[in-house]
Amino acid sequence: MTALRGRAWTFGRDIDTDLIIPARYLNMKTAAELAQHVMEDADPTFAGKVQPGDIVVAKENFGCGSSREHAPIALKGAGVSVVIAKSYARIFYRNSFNTGLPILVAPEAVDGISKGDELTVDLATGEINNLTTGAKYRAQPLPPFMRELVDAGGLLPYLKTRAAAG
Amino acid sequence: MAMTMTEKILARAAGEESVAPGDLIMAKLDLCLGNDVTAGVAIDEFEKAGFDHVFDPERIALTADHFTPNKDIKSAGLVAQMRAFSRKHGIVHFYDVGRVGVEHAFLPEQGLVGPGDVILGADSHTCTYGALGAFASGVGSTDLAGAMATGEAWFRVPETHQFDFEGTLGRYVTGKDIILFIIGQIGVDGALYKAMEFTGPAIRSLSMDSRFTICNMAIEAGGKSGIIAADDITKAYVEGRFRRTPIYYTTDADAVYEKVYRRKADEIPLMVAKPHLPSNTQPADELNSVKIDQVVIGSCTNGRIEDLRQAAEILRGRKVHKDVRCLVIPATQAIWKQANDEGLFDVFIEAEAAVSTPTCGPCLGGHMGVLAEGERAVSTTNRNFVGRMGHPGSEVYLAGPYVAAASAVAGYVATPDQIGGRRQP
Repeated sequence: MTALRGRAWTFGRDIDTDLIIPARYLNMKTAAELAQHVMEDADPTFAGKVQPGDIVVAKENFGCGSSREHAPIALKGAGVSVVIAKSYARIFYRNSFNTGLPILVAPEAVDGISKGDELTVDLATGEINNLTTGAKYRAQPLPPFMRELVDAGGLLPYLKTRAAAG
Repeated sequence: MAMTMTEKILARAAGEESVAPGDLIMAKLDLCLGNDVTAGVAIDEFEKAGFDHVFDPERIALTADHFTPNKDIKSAGLVAQMRAFSRKHGIVHFYDVGRVGVEHAFLPEQGLVGPGDVILGADSHTCTYGALGAFASGVGSTDLAGAMATGEAWFRVPETHQFDFEGTLGRYVTGKDIILFIIGQIGVDGALYKAMEFTGPAIRSLSMDSRFTICNMAIEAGGKSGIIAADDITKAYVEGRFRRTPIYYTTDADAVYEKVYRRKADEIPLMVAKPHLPSNTQPADELNSVKIDQVVIGSCTNGRIEDLRQAAEILRGRKVHKDVRCLVIPATQAIWKQANDEGLFDVFIEAEAAVSTPTCGPCLGGHMGVLAEGERAVSTTNRNFVGRMGHPGSEVYLAGPYVAAASAVAGYVATPDQIGGRRQP
C-alpha cells in the first residue's frame, strides 16, 4: 500500500466530538457540509486550511463524548487521511473504522510530532515517518478482526460478505 | 468459570457457556435504537449497502427527540426520513412528537428495555439502561445500520471496574452527585472501554430514577457500559412494564474485577462539574462566586419525575432570580402528565420557570435554550464541553436538580441549604 502523506495538525487530550463537529451542525449529514465546520470550536482556522492528506495528531482520549458518526465523517470529508493519537474514546474508534477513516494508536509518535511537520504513514506496516525531524515510529498494528473489516471496506460491506458466505 | 454479570449477559447473547474480558464476540441484540440525529446516517448506510429489510421490526426503536419539535428545515428533513423508513419497514417502535420522550428516559418507562438485555444504541448515553441490570452500549450510525440489518453486533468483552459505596448518602445527595464524584476521581477516560459496575448499600438505597442517572454518565468516564444488579427496587419497576421476560444476572462472588474502588457514601458532597469537562468537579457550596444566566432541569440524565419533584421542593414558594432563565423539561409525555397531576407545574410557573415539552434540545445546544457568548448555565445534563449548549464562549456547570434549582433562585451556584432548604407542600 502507498504511504499516506500530509502535514500534522496537533491537538491536546480529551478532544470531544462536540469540538470535532459541534451539535449545532448535526442537522446536516453529508461529508461535504460537515467538513466545512470540522474542528471549528477547537481551531476555527482548521476547516479553511486543512489540505487533502493532512494528518490529525492528538493526545489521550480523542473523540470522547457524543456517539455522533458525523465526527469521523467530517474529518474524512475535510481530507484528513489518518488520525494518530495516544488513545481514543471507544465509540469514536468504532465509528472511524466503520466509516473508513483509518486511525492509529502511537503514543511515542504523538510526543515526537509538532504542528506542521510533514509525515508519511504506512497503514499496512504501521510505520510513521516524520520527514521534518527524520524520526521514525511504529504504530500499534490493527487486530486481525479489524483488518478484515477494513479490507471489506467498512462494516456494512463486511456484513454483506458474511451474510453471503452463509 | 466465575463471571461478572456483564460477562454473563454477553455470554448468553453470544451463545457461549462463558466469555472472558478481551474476547471478541458476535452478540444477538434484544433491541437497537437510534434518534433523529443518528438514524439518518444509519438509514443512508443501510440503503447504500443494499439491505432491503430489517431483521425484526419489533426490535428497533427510533425516537424523534433531539431537534424536536423540529427547530428548522434540515432537522425536519431528518425526522421525515426516519418516519418514511419506519413506515416502509413497519418499525413498531417509532415515536414522534406528542408520543415520544427523551430516549433514555422513554424506553425504560415503556418497558422496551429490561434486565438481562443486550442493547445497542446509536447514542452515547445508551449505557443508561444498565441501571436495569442490562448490557447497553452506545455506538455510531453505521453500527446501528448493521444492527438493523442483522440483529447482531460485535463487541470486545470489557473488563469490569467495581465502584462500591458503603454507608448512607447525605441530605440532598443523589445519583448525579455520586457519578460526578466518581468521574472527578477517575477522569473522563478513567474507565475507558470498561464496564462500570456500581455496588454497595448506598447504591441499593437509590430509586430507579437515581440509578438511571448514574449509569447514564458511565460514558462520561469513557465507560463502555454501566451496570447495577437488579434487586427488589428493579423488580418492582420492571413488573407490569417490561414487555419481554426479564433475566436477572448477578456477579459471581469470585469473579474478577480489573479494578475495585471502595468509597464511603457519607463523604460525597453536592457536586458540580465546572467547564469544560465532567471530571472538573468541585463541591457546590464552594462555588457561590459563579454567577449564572440560565438553569436547565431535564434531559436523559435528570428529566425524570424524581428530578422534577426535587426541583419543586426547592422552587416551591420561591422565585427564580431576576437575572436567570430557568427551563424545566420533563423527559417524557408520561413524566409531563405525572408532574402536572402532582401540581409541580404550579410550583414551576409560580417560580417563573418555563416548562417545555419533552426534548433533548438545550443539552446539546440544539434549540430551546441556546446560550450566547459569555453566558453561563447550571444544567442537570451530562456534558459541559466547549460550546455544548451554544456559543463556544459560553459555559456549562453540571449539577443535580437540587443544586440546579437552588442556583436558579440564588442567581449563582448554590446548595439548597445555602438558600434556606427544601419546602414541603
